[in-house]
Amino acid sequence: MQTRLIPMLIAFLMALLPGFVTAQEPLRLTLDQGVVEPMPYAVPNFVPETSAAMTHAENISRVIAEDLTGTGLFREIPRDAHISGISSFGAPVQFADWKAVNSQALITGAVSTDESGRIIVKFRVWDVFAGQELGQGMQFASTADGWRRLAHKVADQVYARLTGETPYFDSRVVFVSETGPKNERQKRLAVMDYDGSNVQYLTGSQSIVLAPRFSPGGDRVLYTSYETGFPRVHVLTVGDVQSRILQANDGVMSFAPRFSPDGRTVVYSLTQGSNTDIWAMDVASGATRRLSVSPAIETAPSYSPDGSQIVFESDRSGTQQLYIMPAAGGEATRISFGQGRYGTPVWSPRGDLIAFTKQNQGRFHIGVMRTDGSEERLLTASFLDEGPTWAPNGRVLMFARETQGAQGASALYSVDISGRNLKRVRTPAGGSDPSWGPLQ
Amino acid sequence: MSILPKTIMLVAALGLAACTNPNRFGSGDDGAGVGATAPVPGIVPGSADDPTSVAHFQQRIGDRVLFLVDQSTLSAEGRVTLDRQAEWLISNSDYLAVIEGHADEQGTREYNLALGARRANAVMEYLVSRGVSANRLKFVSYGKERPLEICSAEACYAKNRRAVTILSAGLSS
Repeated sequence: MQTRLIPMLIAFLMALLPGFVTAQEPLRLTLDQGVVEPMPYAVPNFVPETSAAMTHAENISRVIAEDLTGTGLFREIPRDAHISGISSFGAPVQFADWKAVNSQALITGAVSTDESGRIIVKFRVWDVFAGQELGQGMQFASTADGWRRLAHKVADQVYARLTGETPYFDSRVVFVSETGPKNERQKRLAVMDYDGSNVQYLTGSQSIVLAPRFSPGGDRVLYTSYETGFPRVHVLTVGDVQSRILQANDGVMSFAPRFSPDGRTVVYSLTQGSNTDIWAMDVASGATRRLSVSPAIETAPSYSPDGSQIVFESDRSGTQQLYIMPAAGGEATRISFGQGRYGTPVWSPRGDLIAFTKQNQGRFHIGVMRTDGSEERLLTASFLDEGPTWAPNGRVLMFARETQGAQGASALYSVDISGRNLKRVRTPAGGSDPSWGPLQ
Repeated sequence: MSILPKTIMLVAALGLAACTNPNRFGSGDDGAGVGATAPVPGIVPGSADDPTSVAHFQQRIGDRVLFLVDQSTLSAEGRVTLDRQAEWLISNSDYLAVIEGHADEQGTREYNLALGARRANAVMEYLVSRGVSANRLKFVSYGKERPLEICSAEACYAKNRRAVTILSAGLSS
C-alpha cells in the first residue's frame, strides 16, 4: 500500500496542477491522467528578420498556436494581454512579464528568407516560472509553399518538449472527399494536412472510391474503387498519383485493404459467392493467402504494430464482433462482449488499444478498448459515427460523422482518447473514411 | 421531400433514360430497352408493353427484391418475383444481368458491402436454381453507397435494403 501511495499522490497533484512542478524538474504536462485544465502558454509573433519574411512570421506563429491550442491541452494567452513583446530573437526574455500573465510556457522565434526564396524559422521554448530554456533552440527551412509544415514542425517540437509524447502535427490524412446528396454522392480520394489544410485530390469522381489507407511510410495509398464496375483494391503512389489494381480476379469483390507495418503485405477482404473472408497478399510477388475460413462475413482487418496479429470483425456469432487472430491466420479469439455490434477495429500505433465503431440501440459510437477487450470506453455518440483512425502518436482519433435525414452529410471529426476535445476537421467539402499517415 | 418522388416518376414517364445506365442503381426510371425482336403491331418496341423490353422487365416482371434488417434470406414475395425474373430471363436469352446488392445506412461501410454481396448472391443463386444459366449472371454489392430513398427512417431503409437485377445486352444482340 505504502509503495503505491506516493506515485498516486504525485499523479493526483499533477492532475490538479498541470505543468506546475518543482524548479528542478523540466516543465512537463503529463497526459496519463487526462488533462482537465489546459496549460497556459504564449506565442508572440515571430520576429521577421527580412522584409520578405513579414507575412510568413505572422502566419507561422498563428499556425503554431492553432496546433497547440487545437489539442485541448494548451491554452494560449491572447496576444493583446502580453506585457512585453519579442523585438529580437537574441534579446533576453523578460520572464517577469510572462509570469505576470501566467504564461507557463513561452515560444519565441524568428523567420527569415534567403536569396533562393526559402524560409528559415528558428525558435526557442521557455519554462517561464523556472526562468530557463526548455530544450535547445532549433531551426527548420523549407521552400515558401511549405510554410505550414515549418509551423507544424515547430509545434511538434513544443508539444514533444511539454508533454514528453511523440507529436503528430506534421502529418497528413488521406480521406474521401464527398459532395452531393445521399443518393448521388460524388466521392474523390483526397489528401490533406492533419488540420484540413492543403487538400489535394488524388482521383476524380467518375467511380465510387472507398476507405483509402496510407502505407506506413505515407508514400502509397490502398483504396477500393468501382472503376471496373466491381469494388476492387487499388494501390496508388502518392508521388506521381499513379494507381493500379492489386487484386484482379474477374467478377470478384475485394475491399477493406490495409498495409502490414512493414508495408510489404496487404490484408483485405475478398467476397466469393455469399462469403467474405480475409486474405493477405505479398505486394511484390502478388502471392495471396487466405487467413480466415468461415462462412460468415470477415472484414475490416488491421495489424498490430509489431505485425504479429490481426484484429478484424466477423458476424460468425450472429452479430458483428471483434476478433484477434495470428497474422498468418488460424484460430481467432473474440474480444468484444459488450452490448451491441462492433466493427472497423483499428490497432493503436502504441499497441495498447483498439479503436472501433460501435452500434447500439440506434446510435453509433467511436470507442477504444484494451487488446483483450477490457476497459471499453465510448468516446463519442451520434446518429452515425464511423471508421476511426489513429494519430501517429496514438493519442487522438479521427473519424467520420454523418448527419441524419435527407440532407445528411458526412464530415471529419477528431477526438482525444480521453473523450475530450471533440471537434470538426475543417475540410472544404464533406469527408469520410480518414486514414492518418505517419509523422513526416 | 414530397417533390422528389414525383420528379422521378415524371422522368420515368418521359422515358428519358437509356437502357441500363449503371449510374441509376435500379431506381426504376429506366425507359426503353434493347428489344431485339421484331415489332408487334400496336406495341411500341422498348415500351413496358413490349414483353421483350427492359422496361417490361422492370415494371411488369419486377426487377428487385427487398430484405429485412441485416438479413439476406429471400422472402416468399421475393421468391415469387424471382420466379418471374427467371422465366423471363430464360425466354429472353439475349440479355445478361448483373444483380446489385444494397444495404441501408445503418451499418459500417465494409460490413454493408459484404451484406449487399450476400443479398445479391442469394438472388443469383436462386435464379440459377430456377434454370438461368450462371454464365449470364454476375453480382456486385454497393453496400450503403447508393441508397434509393434518402430519409433516415425505416420507410426509406426498407426500400434501400434491396437486390436489383440490371439487364444488359448480351453477346448475340
